[in-house]
Amino acid sequence: MDYGEIISVLQGTIRMSVPLILTALAGLYAERSGVVDIGLEGKLLAAAFAGASAAAFTGSAVLGLIAAVFCSVCFSAIHGFASITQRGDQIVSGTAINFIAMGATVIIGQAWFNMAGRTPSLPPESKFDGSWGLPFADLVAPIPFIGDIYARVLSGHYWLTYLAYALIPITWWVLYRTRFGLRLRAVGENPGAVDTAGISVTRLRYQAVLLGGVFVGLAGAFLSMAVSAGFTKGMSAGKGFIALAALVFANWKPKNILFTCLLFGFLDSLSIAMQGKTLPGLGAIPVQLWQALPYILTVILLAGFIGKAVPPKASGRAYVKER
Amino acid sequence: MSELAIELKGIDKSFGPVHANKNIHLQVRRGTIHGIIGENGAGKSTLMSILYGFYQADRGQIEIHGKPIDIRDPSAAIAAGIGMVHQHFMLVENFTVLENIMLGAEESAVLNKGIAKARAELKRLEDEYEMEVDPDAVIEELPVGIQQRVEILKALFRGAEILILDEPTGVLTPAEADHLFRILRQLTEQGKTVILITHKLREIMAITDEVSVMRRGEIVATKQTSETSVEELAELMVGRRVLLRVEKGEARPGDVKLAVRNLTVKDSRGVTMVDNVSFEVRAGEIVGIAGVAGNGQSELLEAIAGMRRAESGVIEINGESMDVSGPRDPAGLRRRGLAHVPEDRHHMGLVLKFEESENSILGYHHDPKYRKHGLLDVDAVRADAEEKIGLYDIRPPNPRLRTANFSGGNQQKIVLAREMERNPDVLIIGQPTRGVDVGAIEFIHRRIIQMRDQGKAILLVSVELDEIRSLSDRILVMFAGRIVGERSPDTPEGEIGLLMAGVEGEMEAAQ
Amino acid sequence: MSAPFARLPNWAEYGLIPLVNLLVAFLISGLVVLFAGENPLRAAYLMVYGAFGSGEGIGYTLFYATNFIFAGLAVAVAFHAGLFNIGAEGQAYIGGIGVAAACLLFDNSLPWFLVFPLAIIGSAAMGALWALIPAWLQAYRGSHIVITTIMFNYIAQAFMLWMLINVFKPLGQMAPQSRTFGPGGHLPKLDWLLSIVGLDNRNSPFNLSFLLALLAAWLVWLLIWRSRLGYEIRTMGHSPSAARYAGIFEKRIIVTTMLISGALAGMLAINSIMGDQHRIQQDFVAGAGFVGIAVALMGRSHPLGIILASILFGMLYQGGAEIAFEMPNISRDMIVVIQGLVILFAGALEHLFRPAITAAFVRMRSRSAATETAGA
Repeated sequence: MDYGEIISVLQGTIRMSVPLILTALAGLYAERSGVVDIGLEGKLLAAAFAGASAAAFTGSAVLGLIAAVFCSVCFSAIHGFASITQRGDQIVSGTAINFIAMGATVIIGQAWFNMAGRTPSLPPESKFDGSWGLPFADLVAPIPFIGDIYARVLSGHYWLTYLAYALIPITWWVLYRTRFGLRLRAVGENPGAVDTAGISVTRLRYQAVLLGGVFVGLAGAFLSMAVSAGFTKGMSAGKGFIALAALVFANWKPKNILFTCLLFGFLDSLSIAMQGKTLPGLGAIPVQLWQALPYILTVILLAGFIGKAVPPKASGRAYVKER
Repeated sequence: MSELAIELKGIDKSFGPVHANKNIHLQVRRGTIHGIIGENGAGKSTLMSILYGFYQADRGQIEIHGKPIDIRDPSAAIAAGIGMVHQHFMLVENFTVLENIMLGAEESAVLNKGIAKARAELKRLEDEYEMEVDPDAVIEELPVGIQQRVEILKALFRGAEILILDEPTGVLTPAEADHLFRILRQLTEQGKTVILITHKLREIMAITDEVSVMRRGEIVATKQTSETSVEELAELMVGRRVLLRVEKGEARPGDVKLAVRNLTVKDSRGVTMVDNVSFEVRAGEIVGIAGVAGNGQSELLEAIAGMRRAESGVIEINGESMDVSGPRDPAGLRRRGLAHVPEDRHHMGLVLKFEESENSILGYHHDPKYRKHGLLDVDAVRADAEEKIGLYDIRPPNPRLRTANFSGGNQQKIVLAREMERNPDVLIIGQPTRGVDVGAIEFIHRRIIQMRDQGKAILLVSVELDEIRSLSDRILVMFAGRIVGERSPDTPEGEIGLLMAGVEGEMEAAQ
Repeated sequence: MSAPFARLPNWAEYGLIPLVNLLVAFLISGLVVLFAGENPLRAAYLMVYGAFGSGEGIGYTLFYATNFIFAGLAVAVAFHAGLFNIGAEGQAYIGGIGVAAACLLFDNSLPWFLVFPLAIIGSAAMGALWALIPAWLQAYRGSHIVITTIMFNYIAQAFMLWMLINVFKPLGQMAPQSRTFGPGGHLPKLDWLLSIVGLDNRNSPFNLSFLLALLAAWLVWLLIWRSRLGYEIRTMGHSPSAARYAGIFEKRIIVTTMLISGALAGMLAINSIMGDQHRIQQDFVAGAGFVGIAVALMGRSHPLGIILASILFGMLYQGGAEIAFEMPNISRDMIVVIQGLVILFAGALEHLFRPAITAAFVRMRSRSAATETAGA
């Protein structure tokens, strides 16, 4: 692999980590409040579809973004209703949302665009602008290696990319330095303590889930309107689950999410560059192995060989007043 | 200001067909400690939940300091000056004391602004009531007595004028309980009002000014504490004369059936819960382990029952030693003649969603007598269950009824029938009458004595000192994981209480 | 003190409420159809006609139902232990290796009734194997089985594609599939069964594995409610601490249950591979593993309920083909939507209509709904 390819892989890492970061943050808010969200995958897919469709109809990327967020928040509301108000099984609810999204995006897409589940290719003005330069990028570029890192790897991304990375420290601040964050963490550990303090457990959890919905909406829009130029059937390809694994691996802490998502993004980016290439000593790696690699890694991570993960104590359990 | 802190007029609450509170009229005078006593299911918890805004009454009115108030949720109760200290603490374990106290009363959206103010206020409260806590300590590392202090400070922090305490002394040593009572007295001297919910008759007599007795959803009497007695209150609670002591003859101990030597058990965090414990239980005797909850009794029971691995030591059942640090094998122990009535009947001793007959074979489902052609013989199981239902007067007598639909006392009888009818050599029992009404308590106590007289070796663990003193032939006191003393059951309660609190440091090896 | 749950009579509890949940799921599906620009009532008519209007239709319906019964049983067995096996799809896919191996090795040397048991053993073993690692990880490392089984679904896809191209595909062919099986690899059809009832059915792939599925259903019932292992599984599913108390090894139960679950899922492959396509090809599972989740939830994890729910979904699949024929916009993906809605209403929202139904009951009867609380 030559130098140019390495830079390319690094740049890809930054880019491909974005939907993972946003989705993992969405999962973080939900799980910290005690609601498990397996439905991130479905919401991601639905948001991607909604965004691309709206952009195709209106020609505006911004409207597409709003549509994506709106769609994701609606699904989050359903999940919230089932998990919080109805106290249903949260994993079942999330699974249901995944299927509904999977099927509905194709059916509705077919009905609207008649392109076998795809949306029409978006012209550049309906997508996200692909190159926001960091300041002084041109000045720094000639410096060997560091200049390349700054000018070509870190600079020149979509504004959504920078927003996503900025949301990590912002999330940290919200969780640990605000009243909302304190209450959110409390309700995920001991909802009874929150209830008896006169705070509504239901409202907090809904807030967390819906806020997560916004984040996933951004991620979906990124998928179909930044990286690609439209929606294709099943384009989330398990990213929602991988984000969940990244969240677990990060031990539900915002700072770690940065690293775990970058790791998965790196793997994604690397596998694209490596396809068809041979590794010294190992020979040609079959395409399918590269495809399966992120999922295999997820399993290895979850096997806990790399540290033990401790979820919020009340995670996954509906709150019932113990009387 | 009105003389009455609280007045309840005609409070009525039903849950479906269960009439939990019937037309309750209650007056609590300001500046007093008012006790509310009653059995499980009498309705005390429901009433307090209504007062704290967890439930809304179907009918009736609440007046706080003379003003009628509609308490829709806990925040309304807090605003009305009501604070509650729950039986199971409502604290976030991995938060600090300060964070727990601030939760819900943070003053501002960004935490930093309120923190300094909260610290100052907390210090003020600590000094005023002599309740010291380290604001930056993490809750899960604090002893239970201190955690309770945090609960009380939480309520005071929010300006509570009326403090409700729900079974506060269950987790305290007698010394800690006394300290708590002093704090309560101090609060009332400053004009605050305290409501004490308890089932411990002696506490009522010791600390309250007035006491209301609840029975089957009604307040059957309100008395000045100085004008009543333990016996009268017990009778009011149950509605008939109650045997506070069970009759039992002399014990005739035989061979050693259960021997524990130098047993040490650590929990998942490496903290020593059982510390080099040794004792013996002979056939035909009841050995009671007294102690405040959380001093290692649960872990000791679990280790003997084969549910928990021990670090080191020896456990012998019927002369056969078991591998304490090896893989856990409760089933094997059952085969060797051990039976176990667990402390937690709801989550361990029973599967509430099972039919009654399915629960009556829990742990013994491999017994060949329940098998036919290699599969479970449902008819045999049900017939067996019916037999036990008759012997133990379990009601309703329906082996196909879901266990969740039986009352607490009957559920416990299901567990006891199952374990006792196995004719074990060794019977270990944890909290046999927790959440059980008085009538069933008598039955259970009598059965335990009967088993002893049939030559079984019985190890009894209970946080109810009265129960231990009533049933045991010998009492071992556990504190901080160690056996700190052995006493006979007619030893004065105060002496045992001191041992339970770890005072006098006497550590006799009960061997 | 907890309020007893007002109990409805059994028929309402197990019949009416699931029915209402189902109806709502279908109603909303109808809305989706409407949204896609088609007439839901006509779609419903087409569906029922396509599924039951002809002998061939019924044959296809039962053929699809066979897959769903296996998948539903697999998911249900795991549910009883408190485990959510989303990996039935991947386990069924991998199970295909066992079937294909048996057929490709023996199809020309042994008759079908000897290849059949080999295929059963092979598919069950491979399916169980694919469930083993997630099971072991959950039992011994605490890794959440939901995520690991989902991952294994994706890994199975990649792995099977590789297998099809590099192992099963005869040299010189292009398509990623094996050669067609000889006579030993063909399961007999069950069209004679339908003829007895007077139905003409020659073209449907309805085959012997349906009877195997029914047998499996009965065996699962025996296992869960009449065996000691089943007792231990149910105990653990309801209360892990009670299981610990009773001396039941949690880890052993988790692994054993998942092996059984994986084996049941694996056997699904027999229907498609040996009963219909007579070769192993890409994506023969076609989502049946996921339908199994809906079927298990609808059928309340009981074999009888699963069989009924499977036939219902079989009807959806077969009727769906008919709909797709006349309404090209409503493709097979509609089934996925319905599946999701069923899972939502029969699973997560199962108590949604309970208050309304209970209130109706209370109104309809002068005496209140019978409550079976015990006095002491």
